[in-house]
Amino acid sequence: MTTEAITLDSHSQSTKPPSDAASHLLHADFGERRRKWFSHFVVALCGVSAVVVLVPLASIFLYIINKGAPGLSLDFFTKLPTPVGVAGGGLSNAVLGTLTLIGIASAIGLPIGILAGVYVAEVGKGRVADLIRFFAEVLSGVPSITIGVFVYAVLVVPMKTFSAFAGGVSLAIIMIPTVARTTEELLRMVPSQLREASLALGVPQWKTSIFIVLRTAAPGILTGVMLGIARIAGETAPLLFTAFNNRFLSTRLDQPIASLPVQILTYATSPYAEWQQKAWTGAFVLVFVILILNLIARLGTRRQVGGAS
Amino acid sequence: MSYLARYARFNQNIRFALILITMFVFAACASGGDGGQSTSLTGAGATFPYPLYTKWIAEYAKLSPGIAINYQSIGSGGGIRQLTERTVDFGASDAPMSDEQIEKAQGVIHIPTCIGAVVLAYNVEGVSTGLNLSADAIAGIYLGEIKQWDDPKIKTLNPDLALPAKPISSVHRSDGSGTTKIFLDYLSAVSPAWAKGPGSGTSVSWPGGLGAKGNEGVAAQVKSQPNTIGYIELAYAVQNRMSVAKLQNKAGKMVEPTLQSTTDSARAFAGKIPDDLRVSIVNADGETAYPIAGFTYILLRTRQDNEAKGKALVAFLRYALTQGQSHAGELHYASLPAEVIEKAQKRLDLVTGPSGVKLQ
Amino acid sequence: MKTAANAPSTVDPPAPASFAEKGRDKWGALQGVHWGDKIFHYTTGTFAILVLALPLLMMVMLIAASRLSITNFGPAFLVDTQWDPVREEFGALPFIFGTVVSSLLALLLAVPVSLGLAIFLSELCPKKLRKPLGFFSELLAAIPSVVYGFWGIFVMLPWLRDSVQPALARWFGFLPIFQGQALGFGMLAAAMILAIMIVPTIASISRDVLRAVPDTEREAAIALGATPWETIRHAVLPMAKSGILGAVILGLNRALGETMAVTMVIGNRPKISASLFDPSHSMASVIANELIEAEKDIHVSSLSQIALLLFGVALVMNLGARWLVSGVKRRAAKITASVKLETSK
Repeated sequence: MTTEAITLDSHSQSTKPPSDAASHLLHADFGERRRKWFSHFVVALCGVSAVVVLVPLASIFLYIINKGAPGLSLDFFTKLPTPVGVAGGGLSNAVLGTLTLIGIASAIGLPIGILAGVYVAEVGKGRVADLIRFFAEVLSGVPSITIGVFVYAVLVVPMKTFSAFAGGVSLAIIMIPTVARTTEELLRMVPSQLREASLALGVPQWKTSIFIVLRTAAPGILTGVMLGIARIAGETAPLLFTAFNNRFLSTRLDQPIASLPVQILTYATSPYAEWQQKAWTGAFVLVFVILILNLIARLGTRRQVGGAS
Repeated sequence: MSYLARYARFNQNIRFALILITMFVFAACASGGDGGQSTSLTGAGATFPYPLYTKWIAEYAKLSPGIAINYQSIGSGGGIRQLTERTVDFGASDAPMSDEQIEKAQGVIHIPTCIGAVVLAYNVEGVSTGLNLSADAIAGIYLGEIKQWDDPKIKTLNPDLALPAKPISSVHRSDGSGTTKIFLDYLSAVSPAWAKGPGSGTSVSWPGGLGAKGNEGVAAQVKSQPNTIGYIELAYAVQNRMSVAKLQNKAGKMVEPTLQSTTDSARAFAGKIPDDLRVSIVNADGETAYPIAGFTYILLRTRQDNEAKGKALVAFLRYALTQGQSHAGELHYASLPAEVIEKAQKRLDLVTGPSGVKLQ
Repeated sequence: MKTAANAPSTVDPPAPASFAEKGRDKWGALQGVHWGDKIFHYTTGTFAILVLALPLLMMVMLIAASRLSITNFGPAFLVDTQWDPVREEFGALPFIFGTVVSSLLALLLAVPVSLGLAIFLSELCPKKLRKPLGFFSELLAAIPSVVYGFWGIFVMLPWLRDSVQPALARWFGFLPIFQGQALGFGMLAAAMILAIMIVPTIASISRDVLRAVPDTEREAAIALGATPWETIRHAVLPMAKSGILGAVILGLNRALGETMAVTMVIGNRPKISASLFDPSHSMASVIANELIEAEKDIHVSSLSQIALLLFGVALVMNLGARWLVSGVKRRAAKITASVKLETSK
């Protein structure tokens, strides 16, 4: 009986009176035993699938923490990788590289994404806006490896170098549709009274859009931005052809640059125990950072009204 | 009204702006960066000599601190392709480029850096050491004709071993690889069935087995999966304490892959090395020669695009050909014969700057 | 741009109507408005056009890059099973096969579990558990694919090799799909890891779709004496059907394009084999393995054509799925609106 009660509970928020009535009817026990048992069976099955989903999740986290956490040290963040067989060293090149790549991707992707979102929500109407929305959807579905192939063909080969810039661009392309859509959705959620009030005071449209509407939606957009960054932080496939890898610290845009995901890939598939150890620690750091970003984003959404779509 | 209260969160907006600004500043710093004083070289290619190259780079950095050499082991095919695309300053490959490829890359010089042996590393239950293999057996395994470890063809070579009745899983390279090229040059030379079938190249159409990326990947897979066999560079096998098979050479003797037997196979080619140094040294004559050995090369464009980088690269290669050779042995690569070093030094003299003037 | 010229402003109810009513010139720009507005319009417009141009540019570039392969092999590229760089013969079928089979198998594994989870989260789960459970299942979506691959190699593969595959071979060994040697690496491993990766996608969208079904539907069923399962089966699922299908297609789309985790466990062998135990290859993983390593131009071009194929497939799938998902939400909105109308009368 408990499950029925729960079912009703969870759906009684919006329309109280009818569901109360329904619960009385149910408690009167009309159904045959067989139907009930079958229902219980399916309900249990659904519960089991929830557990099944949590098993790999738990396993991944346990392994990352168990194998990765012991390798954490200051050296990991401050030292360069050592040649094979030489103990010590760290992955400072990869940590800094990932940060740099995220910086470049944000510098390129955020303005494009946000302003495109503003255009679709505030300025463009009709078919133009629809068309842009349509293409943003298309872009968001393109596999990241394909984006890597594209950037390799348009940037790496003509520029005659693998570069942090090319890596940043490929990550930006992955980020743009997410940011644009979040921005648009959040701008649409801003009540029109706010706009009207501003316009009625004689404030021009652009000032209203930027200083009233965009600013109002900013916390929500920030959430979207953080989710976007969390997504690109772990991208590996497009970086193989664009940012490549670098054994040294590099802050130059026109040079190859290391990144945590690529370094994890290299070390994870190597036969050396100390490299695999570093890969676990790298995975620990990467997953931890991504989780923090997700967590902040989600807590931010919760505080806000109707932030999540 | 409540909308205003809910939405107008100035402090959050300021935080938002701050984060954005930080990002822009960060990116700006990244683009500004430090340039100037140091020369950085990017190279890519063969995984075969990767442990040796990282050692050289680390040692060379102590001698001339201004130069940072970033070498990435992506595979020999990648070394050739990226040198041709001019995305790297130098390539590395265990497979010499063809005339056609050299023409496409507008002139390439091959500098051998060391000699390596391609060994068959295995992980077989109950057999920790002492496996003997012949060319026929290897070709049979990779063609998928020999399916079990206790196949008669393997058994006759190893009468004393307790070979399990387990299926063989063979591991090969999934990337474009010079190690593959050396290995398949050998198979094509000794097995007509192989030459007619998959043939030789840096990547071929494999009849069976598992693909893994890089010497590292093959070594990792053989190490972790029971009843596997894979071909890797000797250094990877030694470093990972893997069992390697003895091979039957041209003279019919079973030879263990060691530094000495590798050197011996290069010695068999003494006097037959062409001036441009592009040569295959598999299936060498001599009773003590290990049959699957090969030079590994650094590839550089004859005409360098950037004078400073060209000079730095030539200097590094001269180091590799002289002092660097002493590190080869400790990492299980055979050092180059004097004849080859001499020829390589002469080839380095040909490198020119962007204007076509010789660098020295 | 042409479509912009005479575009009538469509009515979009919840959106502010301020700009839509103003006059526009032939570029769709506003007339007789504040200069700042014009600048604002053009700047945001430029960035928006960039978003529009990117996929188009991508398509053009990919077609250009695969020209050599398209002219050389023609449509046979799609059905040829040879991938032989030595003889310069390239056919994409082994990769298409690997991608399609691993993705469909992943769906087969993931859909029941995801639906169970979605139903649990939306219909059955105690309210207090709902948020944390939903959050944890979405964490799965946040883990980078290279970490999945890493975990796959060290944890999942040994388990598959030593427990799952021998058991499958023992009980179902008469089926050709469960024959051959248990390597761990292979099609089954790829499908498993993909299944784990797409569960959160399918589950979270399905949950949203289920929650979009108005409570009145459930209440009606319950009032008729339906058990919880009957309520879900007869009142909730029929309405959410096409939306769930959309979620499944989005999950499939993610599986089709997934690269790193698959490359790390699939075994990388371009051969078509009936057995799920055998190593295989996928479209994305062959690109990751060979693009920057291929020596010959025709090889690179063939890889670009595979990237183009992936692009096309993703495009079709994505649009289909969005269309289905938005269909459910529209219908649900209609019902909610009509119910509101009824109750307000």
